[in-house]
Amino acid sequence: MLDDTDRAILNRMQDDLPLTSHPYAAIADELGIEESDLLARLGHMKEDRVITRFGPFFDAAAMGGAFCLCAMAVPAQEFETVLTKVNAHPEVAHNYERTHRLNVWFVLATETPEGIATAAEAIERDTGITVLQFPKLQEFFIGFRVAA
Amino acid sequence: MIDAKEREIVEALQGGLPLVPAPYRQVADNLGLEEDDLLFRLADMKSRGVIRRIAAAANHYKLGMTSNGMTVWDVEDTRVADLGPQIGLLAFVTHCYERPRALPDWPYNLFAMVHGSDPIEVEEKRAEIAAILGDACRAQDILYSTRILKKTGLRLKQKG
Repeated sequence: MLDDTDRAILNRMQDDLPLTSHPYAAIADELGIEESDLLARLGHMKEDRVITRFGPFFDAAAMGGAFCLCAMAVPAQEFETVLTKVNAHPEVAHNYERTHRLNVWFVLATETPEGIATAAEAIERDTGITVLQFPKLQEFFIGFRVAA
Repeated sequence: MIDAKEREIVEALQGGLPLVPAPYRQVADNLGLEEDDLLFRLADMKSRGVIRRIAAAANHYKLGMTSNGMTVWDVEDTRVADLGPQIGLLAFVTHCYERPRALPDWPYNLFAMVHGSDPIEVEEKRAEIAAILGDACRAQDILYSTRILKKTGLRLKQKG
């Protein structure tokens, strides 16, 4: 279980880490704990998979690539067959089954903006099912916070 | 766009930043760079938006947030820019985007991912969003994820 210090760390670490030589020491100072304690707790939270990853969040679009949320309405009787075909495309990053007629929701990640349409068309050809594309127009983000 | 050296930096950091007192120095050593040079390049990549932030990704399931719903809303176009940030500010919303509608199948243009410890809590939070959107919202739905079908991180193709 997480104690109050872990929760404070988790909330703080979802914000930006400074670009300084000893960034963890700076965060530890802010939180009033030792750097070694911070690093040990972060290590434990990573081992326990409370933190799935710690590091830079890259923006594929800013690197010249693109992301796009897509959805398909896959009939139940073909579900596994279609799923195998969809997931075989390396551009398919995350893929979730959801409770809706549009029941398969995945993110395409490609190295060029044109790659999105190409990948979506390839999936449509493989499966015979329309791929609806929902690219982000605006992002309104703040992040998740645990009760501290 | 990124240059060849930046691509090396992205590849070196895709797995995460080391949990050691001087993490950038360790990464710089591995890349054959000076620490200051790496820090300068990282700052530049941040200013260009290539790096959004250097931070932890929390696992909602492990935090007891085992129920998550993608709430979707048909909000008047002229009011999305004003209302979107208010939804994004809510502590239980992890992702909030304006996206295009796909009529007639899909009338919704605002997406907000909501996390809770159970579906009842998620529904309460959905009601909070509905209250903020008020009469700007013409229709809404919620999609629960029932299964993770695939999950891989961002992968750069190996080049040369």
